[in-house]
Amino acid sequence: MSISVYLKRAGLVFGAAVLSAAAMSAQAADPFKVGFVYVGPVGDHGWTYRHDVGRKAVQDEFGADVETTFVESVPEGADAERVIRKLASSGHDLIYTTSFGFMNPTLKVARDFPNVKFEHATGYKRADNVSTYGARFYEGRAVIGTIAGMMTKTNTVGYIGSFPIPEVVRGINAFTIAMRKVNPDAEVKVVWVNSWYDPGKEADAAKALIDQGADIITQHTDSPAPLQVAEERGVLGFGQASDMSAFAPKSQLTSIIDNWDQYYVDRTRAAMDGTWESMDTWGGLASGMVAFPEYSADVPDDVKAAAEVVREGIIDGSFHPFQGPILNQAGEEILPEGGIYDDKTLLGMNFYVQGVQGELPQ
Amino acid sequence: MITLQRRADPSRLMGYLAPLLALGITLLAGLLLFAILGVPIGAAFYAFFIEPVSSLYGWAELGVKAAPLIIIGVALSIGFRAQVWNIGAEGQLILGGIAGAAVALLFHENDGWYVLPLMILAGVAGGMAWAAIPALLKTRFNVNEILTSLMLTYVATLLLSWLVSGPMRDPDGFNFPESRMFHDAALLPRILEGTRLHAGAMVALGVVLAGWVLLTRTLLGFALRVNGAAPRAGAHAGFSQKKLIWTALMIGGGCAGLAGLFEVAGPIGQLLPSISPGYGFTAIIVAFLGRLHPIGVLFAGLVMALSYLGGETAQITLSLPLAVTGVFQGLLLFFLLATDVLINYRVVLK
Repeated sequence: MSISVYLKRAGLVFGAAVLSAAAMSAQAADPFKVGFVYVGPVGDHGWTYRHDVGRKAVQDEFGADVETTFVESVPEGADAERVIRKLASSGHDLIYTTSFGFMNPTLKVARDFPNVKFEHATGYKRADNVSTYGARFYEGRAVIGTIAGMMTKTNTVGYIGSFPIPEVVRGINAFTIAMRKVNPDAEVKVVWVNSWYDPGKEADAAKALIDQGADIITQHTDSPAPLQVAEERGVLGFGQASDMSAFAPKSQLTSIIDNWDQYYVDRTRAAMDGTWESMDTWGGLASGMVAFPEYSADVPDDVKAAAEVVREGIIDGSFHPFQGPILNQAGEEILPEGGIYDDKTLLGMNFYVQGVQGELPQ
Repeated sequence: MITLQRRADPSRLMGYLAPLLALGITLLAGLLLFAILGVPIGAAFYAFFIEPVSSLYGWAELGVKAAPLIIIGVALSIGFRAQVWNIGAEGQLILGGIAGAAVALLFHENDGWYVLPLMILAGVAGGMAWAAIPALLKTRFNVNEILTSLMLTYVATLLLSWLVSGPMRDPDGFNFPESRMFHDAALLPRILEGTRLHAGAMVALGVVLAGWVLLTRTLLGFALRVNGAAPRAGAHAGFSQKKLIWTALMIGGGCAGLAGLFEVAGPIGQLLPSISPGYGFTAIIVAFLGRLHPIGVLFAGLVMALSYLGGETAQITLSLPLAVTGVFQGLLLFFLLATDVLINYRVVLK
């Protein structure tokens, strides 16, 4: 523990004027403090892990000028506000809250700390000192949907969902639309586990889907458990949030990687030099916030080529994962040829497209 | 070979001292743990036990965190004394939250003074209704209440998740699964300006007092205790087994529902897919840590709450992983159970 921190604490407890003065002068030389609030453990190898990689990128970029802190596995609920407030009141200048459920707690704390900057991931409420950011993961879903459509033999793909929120539903639809473009007979079966991180439930869901004939598994949860099951059972799958090939060297075809590094470095720099402003960022493949590792050697060349067409088309803007015609589950056209869903529709998406089995829970 | 031999006359004094003893040994084991991790011991203890309550705000947060644990812990203690094993307080808590939130949302354009009292009634009723299912199954068909109450917790979680993504969803919330924020008339008054300490903390103290009076000063409390210690003696004394089961479960369900209502109308202020980080389960630990005695539960609830707050501080100031908090809580329970065994049994070498 550094001396300045110790003195600051000492000042807090005893309130001694001398100590406080010493602490304040020590504080002047303090590094810029950046806090991160995580919903899962840093060792989830998925969502939270990638945010923590972003935190380390900030630390590497600014070295001794910045001090980063994180609190992991913070429940979405009454506890979140306390953790965020604790970070704000312990001298953190910039705080990233990295789960949707932290939205209202972040805004509540931000109101009381106008000089602290907040960045909330995947939310939609902003304030003068609260920005929001997210990534267009659905763009990545379109790429892996293409691969799945060409590689499934049973024409059944299993999809493990966390919560039926627009973010997740959007991914399922983007995946399904892309899959059926290359294989109109393929269908998606969805199992909801009602958790972001629960390796046991995620694995059970994967087993159930494979038992129902799925020969490819994909997931919108944070652990590598579904891929491990796929590897065991000899079916194919995709990594989620980070490269999970270490857990499933044979099964993982590719992986949608969340890449927050650049965003975190840029925003931290802006906060340090005073140019930070409240804004909304929704990055994707083009900005590098969504990325892909090398395709597995098991992906045939024609599949690779088709996936690359989609990926490059999204980057240069010639292709959109949600362009018409799009049909609903009943087979009726809900978006005509040539139409493209705007961001507002995408952000509130709560319906399934044709090719997804079952009913959307709501 | 090592065997355990039941002591004829276990020390009552040691029974009460066991939690303190366990706490002491846990602290010693903690020393070892921090030494292994290479963390300065003084700093670690400071982060875990002092810093969280080094300000008025910290004390208020301790109250916010401990209140649901104490309210449920006291109620469960009463049931456990009567050998009624309500393991599903978490589900009853959720139902209380749902019922209270339903009232808040129904009256969301109404600023009347009666909104909050109605919510409280609904919360208690919701928790009781959920506990009535195991009570009915137990008294009618002799179904084990441990299983039914526990399984109903998962039903409650799914019910909540359906409600917030459907009927109770915020109409202006982009379809995200959460209710609208409650209006002022539906929020608990804060009892300490500038903090989140709400009226529920006062109620928790009231519950402790009421639980103590009930157990030690009333015929009902006596009946519950006799039923737990010697069910047949209770039956001979004319205490209705069924009535006691119902009473125990209604107290547990009502208090859990109340705690759930306090969470949604207090620190959260809306209905979310998850309104409790497992308070209903942690309260079981709190009940046993507090020796199934209301006053003991009060202190156990505070200690447990402090360990959560300390875990957060340790992460922020010392970069200690969250797992250390889990290890700490695990050690505490382990040593408590171990001291219990040694109080009731003698180790004999053969």
